[in-house]
Amino acid sequence: MDVTWYIVLSALLFAIGAGGVLIRRSPLVILLCLELMLNAGNLALVAFSRSSGNEEGQVFALIVMVVAACEVVVGLGLIVAMFRRRIPLNVDDIRELRG
Amino acid sequence: MSATSWAWLVLALPLAGSMVIACGWRALPGRTAGWIGTGAITLAFICSLGALIQLQGEPSDARELTDSLYSYASAAGLDIQLGILVDPLSVFMCLVVTGVSALIHLYSLAYMDSDRGYSRFFSYLNFFVFSMLLLVLAGNFVILIVGWAFVGFASYALISFWYRRYTATTAGMKAFVINVVGDVGLVLAAFFIFRELGTFDFLASFDAARETFTTNEGVVVAICLLICVGAFAKSAQVPLHTWLPDAMEGPTPVSALIHAATMVTAGVYLIARMFPLFELAPTAADIAAFLGLATLLIAATIALAVTDLKRIIAYSTMSQIGYMIVGVSIGAYGAGLFHLMTHAFFKALLFMAAGSVIAAMANRQNIDLMGGFWRAMPFTSRLLIVGCLALAAFPFTSGFFSKDEILVFAADRGGMYWIFAIGGYLGALLTAFYSFRIGFRVVTGEPVAEARELERGHIVHAEPENPATGEREDVDVGFPGPEHHIAEREWPMRVAMAVLGFGALFAGLIQIPGVDDVLESFLEPTFESSIFHDTVPTDSAAWIGLGVGAVIALAGIWFAYLCYVRRPGITARMVERLPRAHRFLFNKWYFDEVQDALVYRPAIAVGRFSNAVFERFVVDGIVQGAVGVARGAGAVVRGAQSGFVRAYALLLVGGFLALGVYFLVVSS
Repeated sequence: MDVTWYIVLSALLFAIGAGGVLIRRSPLVILLCLELMLNAGNLALVAFSRSSGNEEGQVFALIVMVVAACEVVVGLGLIVAMFRRRIPLNVDDIRELRG
Repeated sequence: MSATSWAWLVLALPLAGSMVIACGWRALPGRTAGWIGTGAITLAFICSLGALIQLQGEPSDARELTDSLYSYASAAGLDIQLGILVDPLSVFMCLVVTGVSALIHLYSLAYMDSDRGYSRFFSYLNFFVFSMLLLVLAGNFVILIVGWAFVGFASYALISFWYRRYTATTAGMKAFVINVVGDVGLVLAAFFIFRELGTFDFLASFDAARETFTTNEGVVVAICLLICVGAFAKSAQVPLHTWLPDAMEGPTPVSALIHAATMVTAGVYLIARMFPLFELAPTAADIAAFLGLATLLIAATIALAVTDLKRIIAYSTMSQIGYMIVGVSIGAYGAGLFHLMTHAFFKALLFMAAGSVIAAMANRQNIDLMGGFWRAMPFTSRLLIVGCLALAAFPFTSGFFSKDEILVFAADRGGMYWIFAIGGYLGALLTAFYSFRIGFRVVTGEPVAEARELERGHIVHAEPENPATGEREDVDVGFPGPEHHIAEREWPMRVAMAVLGFGALFAGLIQIPGVDDVLESFLEPTFESSIFHDTVPTDSAAWIGLGVGAVIALAGIWFAYLCYVRRPGITARMVERLPRAHRFLFNKWYFDEVQDALVYRPAIAVGRFSNAVFERFVVDGIVQGAVGVARGAGAVVRGAQSGFVRAYALLLVGGFLALGVYFLVVSS
């Protein structure tokens, strides 16, 4: 099986995600873009796994999903807490840790 | 029970007493702390008697018993036991220490009664006795050094007992520093012994020393001189003696216990204990004996001039310890230790009587202000005279037999050692004179105002002031307290003084030449391997020595009688006639000033220089330089921390991209 098209799709998704993280200011959208990047990685893992006939890549994809779920829980929790405290939902305004 | 079990009890009781008083001082009403302390030491004395009886039950060649509680340190061929050595010498020292200490505790029970630090005082005092017993019972150099250092600490704590009195705290520091100089000497000696002989144990190292060293080999002379540094610092011998007169800032019972009867004799004990080493290093022993002789004469001359009652007795202590050092250094071990015992009796007695007089004088100590206490204080005066008689070696008192035994031994060795006999008899003349300078000045003459007041049944009270500087005292932390206690009104003080007075008069009778020989024969198992074992003066020589001593003592007393009772103006005229000599003696041969110039000032100058130059430019430069480097690096790196999350993300992505490009380039 030719994996090229899968990898191209994966790279495309990853680039979209990375661009989103860099460009957008809303933390919610940044989180969504992060998910996109993770899933692009998952797609590549599964594609390679299929092409090499080895199942370990698929197991790894499952683990990435679990990590992604955890990340969403924490990230969304943070965003909700920020909203409740009326902290502006703009990552450029939240820069108290500057040196 | 075996002798060693008794010895462990002797050690445990004072420690327990100290702990109980220290932990329970809040709950101890009135004189309870004093009774606990006195009881603990009395029990320790009884246990020492138990050890003595057990030891005498052994055959005479098996009277060196060792025992160990546990292994103190064991590594790399080094095996140190928490061990004690019970032999006639250590049991003798235990008996003297616990016996005299018990009486001094009994005396302090009443004397310190109105002091605010009453419980603290007895806790320290018990701790001191424990340390001293650890020192004399130690079975190896490590435990000896532990006890030695504990004793130094206890002495510091007791000298500085009235810790708001500036002169007392500085005197405590001085004593501690000079004692530490001695500690260093002793520690270095122990290191040398371990390096040469591979053991810290007393008996093993003595046996090894006899096989390893040849007589007067450099190493063994060095060891003995280092031991002497320790012994001289503790025993206040020239040139490490200046702390002892200053130590009189402590309470009078402390002066009696530590600075007369027990602690300062530790050096004598040490030299006697190390006799196998000193016999291998006759040069070191001779140096020690000469320094002892120098101390004996210097201290006796100073005692002629100083006017502080306690300091006169302190100088007489130095002088008497000089006799002991001469004794144990020239090989008269039994005689030196005999003098140690009799001196403990009469010197503790003298201090107790002095304490009683000082209390009646509302804590003034200048003998120029005293006089005529015979009717006001009949008991104290009589006991003071008994103490003076024994100190002056009046015929058939205890000091008479013990002092002359040392001098006769010196004469018997002949040759160079005649110097010690002649110097010793010269010292005896001075001793008889200054001891009755105390006696006549305090007891006879026109009664002073304080004595008259006391005859009417009322003790004089004055504003508490420091006798050295005249400053107002802070009575909140002690200082003899609002009430003064004199022997006439307190039975514990009377009992303690009466027992010691009995000892001072009659303790000499255990060693009359040609009649009996109790102490020498008791100590024989310890010293039978000595090369001087067979050097025993004949009875006729001993009696000639005693006769000379008696004549000298009577001459000194008669001279004092002439100066202070018959024609009281003589001494004042002598001071006017010889102002230089008087000033020289009154300023204690300027030892303090010389030490100040030779040690203290250079040390301070080095310190100032280090602070001004080394500290400021070198140490500070290194520190400030390191700070500057860290700060500069921080300023550079800080710019990267903009706080923009997206900027961090860009750096991350950019970094990975750059890495990817790099790998692509490399792989293609």
